[in-house]
Amino acid sequence: MSTVHPRPGDPEITPDLVAEHGLTPEEYERLVGMLERVPTFTELGIVSALWSEHCSYKHSRNLLRTLPVSAPWVLQGPGENAGVISIGDGLAVAFKIESHNHPSAVEPYQGAATGVGGILRDVFTMGARPIAMLNSLRFGSLDNARVRYLFAGVVKGIGDYGNCVGIPTVAGEIVFDPAYEGNPLVNAMCVGLMHEEDLIRAKAEGVGNPIIAVGARTGRDGIHGASFASEDLSEASDAKRPRVQVGDPFTEKLLLEASLELIKSGHIVAIQDMGAAGLTSSSAEMAERGDAGVTIDVTKVPVRETGMTPYEILLSESQERMLVVAHRGRESEVKEILAKWDLAAEVIGEVIAEPVYRVTEGDTVVAEFPGSRLVTECPRYTPDAREDDDIRVLRERDISAIPELAEEADPAWTLRKLLSSPTIASKAWAYRQYDSTVRTNTMIGPGGDAAVLRIRGTNKAIAVKTDCNGRYTYLDPRNGGRIAVAEAARNVACTGARPMAITNCLNFGNPKRPAVFFQLREAIAGMAEACTALETPVTGGNVSLYNENPQGAVYPTPVVGMVGLIESVEHVTRSTFSTPGDTILVLGETRDELGGSEYLATIHGVVAGQPPLCDPAVERSAIDALLESIAAGAVTSAHDCSDGGLAVALAECCIADRGAQTGADVSIDASASTQARGVLFGESQARFIVSSADPAAVEATARRHRVPVARIGTVTPREAGLTIKAAGRTLRSDIDSLSAAWHDAIPSIMSAPAVALAPHEPEMAGV
Amino acid sequence: MKFGVVTFPGSNCDYDAYRAVVDTFGEQAAYIWHKDHDLQDSDVVILPGGFSYGDYLRPGAIARFSPVMREVIAHANRGGPVLAICNGFQIACEAGLLPGALLRNDSLRFVSSAVNLRVENAATMFSSGYSEGQVITVPIAHGDGRFTADEEVVSELESAGRVVFRYVSPAGDVDPSFNPNGSVNSIAGIINEAGNVLGMMPHPERALDDRLGSSDGRALFESLLAKVEA
Repeated sequence: MSTVHPRPGDPEITPDLVAEHGLTPEEYERLVGMLERVPTFTELGIVSALWSEHCSYKHSRNLLRTLPVSAPWVLQGPGENAGVISIGDGLAVAFKIESHNHPSAVEPYQGAATGVGGILRDVFTMGARPIAMLNSLRFGSLDNARVRYLFAGVVKGIGDYGNCVGIPTVAGEIVFDPAYEGNPLVNAMCVGLMHEEDLIRAKAEGVGNPIIAVGARTGRDGIHGASFASEDLSEASDAKRPRVQVGDPFTEKLLLEASLELIKSGHIVAIQDMGAAGLTSSSAEMAERGDAGVTIDVTKVPVRETGMTPYEILLSESQERMLVVAHRGRESEVKEILAKWDLAAEVIGEVIAEPVYRVTEGDTVVAEFPGSRLVTECPRYTPDAREDDDIRVLRERDISAIPELAEEADPAWTLRKLLSSPTIASKAWAYRQYDSTVRTNTMIGPGGDAAVLRIRGTNKAIAVKTDCNGRYTYLDPRNGGRIAVAEAARNVACTGARPMAITNCLNFGNPKRPAVFFQLREAIAGMAEACTALETPVTGGNVSLYNENPQGAVYPTPVVGMVGLIESVEHVTRSTFSTPGDTILVLGETRDELGGSEYLATIHGVVAGQPPLCDPAVERSAIDALLESIAAGAVTSAHDCSDGGLAVALAECCIADRGAQTGADVSIDASASTQARGVLFGESQARFIVSSADPAAVEATARRHRVPVARIGTVTPREAGLTIKAAGRTLRSDIDSLSAAWHDAIPSIMSAPAVALAPHEPEMAGV
Repeated sequence: MKFGVVTFPGSNCDYDAYRAVVDTFGEQAAYIWHKDHDLQDSDVVILPGGFSYGDYLRPGAIARFSPVMREVIAHANRGGPVLAICNGFQIACEAGLLPGALLRNDSLRFVSSAVNLRVENAATMFSSGYSEGQVITVPIAHGDGRFTADEEVVSELESAGRVVFRYVSPAGDVDPSFNPNGSVNSIAGIINEAGNVLGMMPHPERALDDRLGSSDGRALFESLLAKVEA
């Protein structure tokens, strides 16, 4: 070990300074114990970043261990920049989802844009070329002008970044609920394609190998971004806007091409994004994975401005930077590749035999930690977990006692109301701002149940989707965790794809509150159950905690990003009806399950009741039956039945494809105890709406899988409108009014002004 | 026949154009690096879509100074075909190969969508495979696609049949609600006076396969192949 001296001018380490760095007194004691001395200011900064919730997963790691992570097709599970699965033919898919919630809450455009940039880098550093982007977004009510500003800014940020880099944004989901008013959720997922042999891992290996900083120069932006993302938002958060980084997608595009060329060249051993906590976490994590020591000289790091301290250089989150470990002696080849793309590359350190993590400023050691303990010694917590009594009461409320509104006598009124609720309505206003067709692989783009991308050079395609219902998870976290997985699987299956694996992004409140930790624990347990039953292991992901503000926490929102495989492009199936005369069938059982439904929230303003129960084994059978029917060529269209229930799902089948709308004539038998509104708008799980020219084949297949199946009606021409008879009620509507309700809702809301002003900021009183 | 696809830093449809030529038509293609001065004996040059130089300053404004543009302009002046798509159209306007300019969409938003185009002139080397008045479906994806030029230039383009494609309704009518970016006269694509440089915002290279939504772009490439091979 070397002698480490504080730098002249460094502040003294006081309890206040330690607290400012987000370390508890116990964590500080642990740090002193590890070093066997008082840390320097630089060391305190390093540890504050690495032990932040965002980098260390200290409150979630013990729970994440319980998730299933393996299957024969998993080439890389959790712990790397991205997970990787084999899709046969020597090809593999790398994918990962990540949150950028906190930055997007204070600076939506850059927050979302840099979220896209970061997840892109996570995927191409595995050696994969990104082929698709997805986004899972949550906002407050669009009636609020600031929410409109956040929504518009986030969408533009996602679009501008992905469009410029040239990766199609193909799917995702957007949910609006007052629970997300102060804390929008912005989760970005990237999917990449690679040859299996190009898989590269971020391990610092080979004593004497040079460590090279690549890409953009390091500036003072984004310092402490990781710790900012590890605390509750408050009125003071706007003042932390400078912690949000600024993205440059043009540099990212160059970096993408240069990195893939570098990996192909064989000149490098490892490559990693300098993401959260920048140089600090990338170098420490590479050293930990490689079981080697590293030394870095901050004076060698290319910087944007003079006078930057080691502390600033190490903690900067300037975007579009990579850390590369090259083979010794290949430095000039590496620099040549970067120079071709007009990017800088500087040797800033090397892999050493001595098991230490060392930072120098010229010849002076400014920080040094023993071995990999910097990462492995991070504290882990399993705090108290206890369900909030108020939530239990909500769940147990008898919602059947809620009287219908007078207008509900006409169920078409209710349907139109639901179709125009922003959570259900068409999201074309957003996804028309995303280039979804670049790279010419997109067979089904945004607006389908899942997106489908063909795999060139094969007859295969992959399907991708994100899903989560936060309201269910709020009312019943374990069940909600199951449903997040199951719904994503169903959506992927509707396109003809076998669900293969997931990445997850766990968005929760402050885990130190027992009610929140209970939600986290239960949701993870539910996800594990569903992943096991569906054989879709978790290959990695991200945890975002502290999504709360003085008004409270967001709904627990464990977002699932699913990848499925379609063995033959002939099986690619759309969600909309296309052929009048086709028989409409429903797979799965319809029960009276209105708890936690969109119907209750939109029509009655009530969030209560037992959400629909999800049995993962039943989901598995329904998916198997559907996939078998699709493979047999018996299915014209397949649509998942979720938010808004059967009525909304049937309407979507008729109206979603604006250029080819149809009608439908449907009559549903349900058990006598089920009310009409339960049949029409209840959200029972494990159901698909299928249109078919060969209904007998679908029925036979479903029965073989012991899946309930019923012929419920016929696809009709558009002029015939939509008719649904259920439990003594008849819903009758023309297609125009349903189509207008669904297609025009968000554009019409977004034509109202949007303002950046936070609700708590007083308006300027005339200047 | 050989197509040269120019790669500027920030181009991102160069791959699609290359694959279109090679996979769909079985023709030769080469990527041409923007710093080079060699068109590698290409018969047709494609200026592809993307965000050359990150659209900094203005789309196409920096790319026009790329070294390779000297050779591209010389190729065009010799009568060599140049297909300028999306950002390529913006670059061609900046380089003076085509008149006019492409401004921010009137919605101020990026727009990605399949649109209907009417073929206004089926007598060019890029459009002879279509019939005049034919309505085709081709994707667009751009933030700066609002074609503009002064009145004199627009009336010259119109009267000389140099408007090759126009945004229309599915029925083939010019209608402001089917003009995705506010282009003057709903202009989607124009050709130079000599008839060998076509600029268009829509992406024909993305419309070659019905499984991806449309194959209406094929006739454009087939027109070129018929012309150049004749």
